Parts: sequence; structure tokens; C-alpha cells
Amino acid sequence: MPLGIFILVSVIKSLIILVVLLTAVAYTVWLERKVVGHMQNRWGPTRVGPFGLLQPAADGIKFLFKEDLTPPHVYKPLFLAAPMMAVIFALTSISVIPFGNSIRLFGYDIPLQITDVNIGLLMILGVTSLGVYGVALAGWSSNNKYSLLGGLRASAQMVSYEIALGLSLVGVLIQSSSFSLRDIVDAQGGHFLGFIPRWNIFHGQFIGFFIYLMAAYAETNRIPFDLPEAETELVAGYHTEYSSMKFAMFFMAEYANMITVACLATLLFFGGWHGPLFGPPLMQALLPVFWFVAKVVCFLFLYIWVRGTLPRFRYDQLMDFGWKFLLPLAIANLVATAIAVAW
Amino acid sequence: MNFHLILFLAFGGVCVAGAVNLLAQRHPINSALSLIAVMAALAGEYLLLGAEFVAAVQVIVYAGAIMVLFVFVIMLLNAGEEEETKGSRVAVMFGVPGMLIASVLMAWIVLRHSGTEAVAIGALPGDPRDIAQLLFHNFLLPFEVTSVLILIAIMGAVVLASKPESQSGKVD
Repeated sequence: MPLGIFILVSVIKSLIILVVLLTAVAYTVWLERKVVGHMQNRWGPTRVGPFGLLQPAADGIKFLFKEDLTPPHVYKPLFLAAPMMAVIFALTSISVIPFGNSIRLFGYDIPLQITDVNIGLLMILGVTSLGVYGVALAGWSSNNKYSLLGGLRASAQMVSYEIALGLSLVGVLIQSSSFSLRDIVDAQGGHFLGFIPRWNIFHGQFIGFFIYLMAAYAETNRIPFDLPEAETELVAGYHTEYSSMKFAMFFMAEYANMITVACLATLLFFGGWHGPLFGPPLMQALLPVFWFVAKVVCFLFLYIWVRGTLPRFRYDQLMDFGWKFLLPLAIANLVATAIAVAW
Repeated sequence: MNFHLILFLAFGGVCVAGAVNLLAQRHPINSALSLIAVMAALAGEYLLLGAEFVAAVQVIVYAGAIMVLFVFVIMLLNAGEEEETKGSRVAVMFGVPGMLIASVLMAWIVLRHSGTEAVAIGALPGDPRDIAQLLFHNFLLPFEVTSVLILIAIMGAVVLASKPESQSGKVD
């Protein structure tokens, strides 16, 4: 592929994925309000459009037109930069996530992924570990005790659970012996006994998946691990002083992170885009993307379900759970997987 | 001028600008953030050299873990702006030219003795698989000894940081 066409294809792919991701973020918020509403015997949004489907647009317009307050006591450069950092790091990690096999257009094979680096998984871990800065700096630069406590809690929580998260993925890496997400998905094709799909979760990584799920909830600061923004103690945590679009950016970052985590769970443990293929050729080409999206939506639903079900942990319970339960369990899982593979 | 060189110069520029900014800033948190920019730009340079694994580790370990601790300490100590000092005139008169001469000399020596041909991209092991082969096969013993050393250092840090037993009994 010549350089010019490569750049053109990359730009188009990036634009499409960015638009799809931002729309997905908006509709995840809608899904959450709707599902949690029904779980609590309410209707959720109903007024704007059919089933409240235009609610995200209304929210977006509201955020744009609200007064953008900057309190006088903040450290201004970082106060402005922190929400941007949060959004940038949240959106960057989507660039290595593959959505399906390559398609053939105008004589070129175009992989359904912005870029396939052979350290894809490590890159996602690196970028998410940088995501701490957005939260920590927002808390500090607000110059407010609640913000600072929220920011400190968030960073301590993210740094602690990152270790369990990383270790839970090593089992999958050992089984597929590659860091490239595409290779990891390709290694999960086929079936056991003719009908059980050869996904990693059925391939001895059930405990790994459990650890990943717990750690991922903590990494994205979601209930039951949403201590950083515990409203009964900290007003709103690190984004207490933020209003209007800057607040919306933190919101977007949180939901984009949720989607990344759901994509990663699908790719690593649930076989990515593998699923039954049938029908005419065009349908066969589009079904993998459909399976991928369907699995991701299931994970997002699980997130919301957990949010509607579980209460929040206490802070000491959170740290005990991360360090004294998840971490040893992850190490045990790693050792067991290594022994099983070496056998 | 090829694409590679342009990217190399861009990342190098960010790196040097970050390093200068690190020294010039008076607020510790700005200095820490400049250092993060330097680390990230260095990771970009490693990527250009084909050392993908080293680039990822650079981001995860330096930018993502060590610098978070730096920022944490600055946040918790609530370190404010530092006082501006004029510095000694001798340092400005001799220090800056001296540093320039030293770096030019170093670059000249490196260029002179590193052979005429540049190493081709991908000639050195940069692939995670090659690095794993080196670490867990060719250099297994030194690698394990280093990890034991680090374990001892961690235990030492824990012992030094924990409260003496007689006191902690009273406090709790």
C-alpha cells in the first residue's frame, strides 16, 4: 500500500471510529439511565424523542450552553488541562482495538482497526496508566479539599488495581503467546468437542476473567468501586469544581473507558468477533463486527446491572480486596496457567 | 527528507523542549509534568527505532508509575512555587558554554567511534519474543539474581518504613 493511500485510509478509519465511539458514549449514558430507571421501577428518560432516544443530544446541548465557571482559587493551567488529559487518554486506547477481520475495498486489504502494533495490549495498559494524571491533577488543581481527597483516592485505587489487572491478563498472554490483540483473537477460533467455542474463558481463564472484571470496575471508578466520587463523603470527588463542558469531558472519559474495558474483555476472554457465520457473502462479511458489538453491549449492560444492584465498598474494604484477595489470586492463576501450558 | 527523520526530529524536539522546561519552571508540579513529556517523547523515539517493547515499558514504568509517585508526593506535600534566585554570575558565564562544549564533544566522540554505518531498524532485538528469549533463556541467572535483589530492597523499604514495634503497640 503506498504511503499516501495508507495515510488517507488511516485518517478515514480514525474519523469513523471516533464518531462511532463518541456516539456509543452518548448512548451508553442513555442505556444506563434507562436500565437503572427500570430496575428502580421508574421510566428513565422518556420525554425527548421516542423512548427518550434524543436525550443524549439534549444533554450535549445543555452542557454546551451552561455557564463555564472557573473558581478564582484554582491553579488555572492544570485546571484547564486535566479534563483534556482525561479525554485524550480515554480515546487514545481505542486505536489498537480490532473490530473484525480485514475487508477488501478497491483492491486493498483494510484491517478493521486503526493500527495493529505487535504490543497492542501493552499500549492499552500504558495509556490507561497515564489516565491517572487527568484525575489526580484535576483533584489537585481545584484547590479544594474534597477534590484533593477524591483525586488521591482515585489515583491510589487505580494504581493498586492496575497490578491485579495486568497480572490477570498474563494468563491469556501465555496461552496465545502474543501481545497483538489480533493474534490473541485469532488464537480463539474453533470449538471444543464440536460445540463449545474455544474462547479463553472456557479455556482455563475463568478465574483470570473474574479478576479482570473486578479490577476493570475499579479502574473505571464505577460502582461498587466509585469511592473517588462518593457523594455522601466527597460532594463529587475530583470533579466537584468543574461545570459545563469541562465536567462533560470527565463524564465522556469515564464512559469511553468503560467501552474500552468492555472491548478488551470481549477480545481477550470472549473470542472477539468469532461467532456463527451464515447467510449471503455480504452478511458473512458484516457478521463478525455484529458479534463483536453484541458482546461489548452485553458487557456494558453488565456494568449497569452491577451499578443498579451493589452498594459501595468502604475504603479499607476496597484496599483489602485489591491487595489481599485479587493480587494473590491473580498470581496463583498465573502460576497455574504457566504450569498447565508447560505440561 | 524522509518521513522517519521528520518524526525523529519532532520527538527529539519535544524531548529537549521538555527537558529545558523542566529546569525553567518554578512550580514543582509543572516540572514533574515536563518530565512526563520527556519520557513520553523518548518512548516515541524507541518506537521509531523498532524497539516496541522498550517503548511500552518506558510509558508503563516511567510515565505511568514512577512519575505518578512524583506527582503524588508533590500533591501531598503541597509544595508551592519556589523562590527565584539570580544564581551566581560565574555559573551563567562558564556553565552554559561549558555544557554546550561538553555535549558537542560527546556527540563528536560518539559519532567518531560508533562506526560509519548506522544500525538498520530491526537489526537489534526489539520484539517482545526476542527480549523474552534473552531474559528467560540466555540471561536467566542474572535476571533471577536481579529480581531477588529487588525483592530484598522492597523488604528493606518495608522494614524501614514501618513503625517500630514498641511504639506501634501503644498507638494502636
